[in-house]
Amino acid sequence: MSAASPMGRALDLITRVRGVRGAMVVSRADGLIVAEQLMEGIKGGAVAALASSLAGRLQRAMVSAGLGPSQFWHLQCDHGALLVVPAGAAATLLLVAVTEADVNVGLVRLELLRAAETAG
Amino acid sequence: MSDDVKALSAQLASDPQSLVFLRLGELLRQKRQFDAASRVAKHGLERHPHLADAHDLLARIFADAHDYEHAFDEWDMTLRIAPQHTGALKGLAFLYFKIGDLAQAESHLQAAKDAAPDDPSIEQAFAVIRGEAGSTLAAPPPPPQSVVAVGSETVAPLPDERVFAGLEGAQEGLLLLDAAGLVLGGALKTPEGADVTEAVAAYLAGVSQESARAARLLDLGSWRGLSAEGQGGHVYLVQPTPESLLLLMRDRSLPLGRLGLLAQRAAQVARQWLERQR
Repeated sequence: MSAASPMGRALDLITRVRGVRGAMVVSRADGLIVAEQLMEGIKGGAVAALASSLAGRLQRAMVSAGLGPSQFWHLQCDHGALLVVPAGAAATLLLVAVTEADVNVGLVRLELLRAAETAG
Repeated sequence: MSDDVKALSAQLASDPQSLVFLRLGELLRQKRQFDAASRVAKHGLERHPHLADAHDLLARIFADAHDYEHAFDEWDMTLRIAPQHTGALKGLAFLYFKIGDLAQAESHLQAAKDAAPDDPSIEQAFAVIRGEAGSTLAAPPPPPQSVVAVGSETVAPLPDERVFAGLEGAQEGLLLLDAAGLVLGGALKTPEGADVTEAVAAYLAGVSQESARAARLLDLGSWRGLSAEGQGGHVYLVQPTPESLLLLMRDRSLPLGRLGLLAQRAAQVARQWLERQR
């Protein structure tokens, strides 16, 4: 993915944050990677599929609960986190960031939301 | 009763409007006489409701007694009255650290440092947050048992429908599921009041397994919580036990960090309830 393309620029915004191990643009419908900038060793394909599935479950649960579509979600783990925002026209994409534990989550969230506008 | 406590009590009795209640409450807190300290602080607050130090005192008493939810409320109130209050900023940093929200913890510590650059305890706290003080300190400890004490209701087994008895929003914004998505306790309602318990539960079946798989694939260890922001509110998911899932839902007025604290508290209640059902 060229850094000059909208998606490349979107991923650049996210991965330049200290503590981010990688970022992906994922198709929401099928969980396939559209673009990625991941550190070596990260199983992008499998994580993209899981992120897409989780996003779908959360989306349906939140809409059912009357909260509207999910705008950001954050999976907190012992040694890092997975952060996701919807992107693209009609939110057909997901922007996914994989981070270390000591990352500034607020900053990554901000960059994800900015990147979502860029990618759209 | 120590002489200091007696002397301060006498002083307060002779002048109930005086601020000596701050010293008396602090002394009782240090002696770990939390009930007495809390009474003193609350009586003081009745007379001085806008005194930031009094809210900070009560927050520290709550925190020492492991009542983190009320400690959060009091420190939050302290900052509304005195936005640069170092004690409250450090206190909130501690609470955010305990739930693993290191960004918020660091942000509050930074604000404390800006307000009191010469306070050495802030640098020590930074070191802990950044893991410089050793891994045992760097890992947020699990909430202690006393966090979830809700009066006498923690003693006697609760009937099924009262798994979250005593917790705020138990019948409209808390849900406990098993691994298959079956409802074990709690209930969910939309902002309009419609019961959506079963529908939401069905959609959440499998979230635990997928979260665990994602964490494993990324070598991130175990997952501790899953938060999601919606246009009309937030949800926070935690696993009280490996076979259960708890969802906490609130409107957007409640910050996600606070939602995490509430979820940890509810998870502890749920864990105890599940153990009693075995």
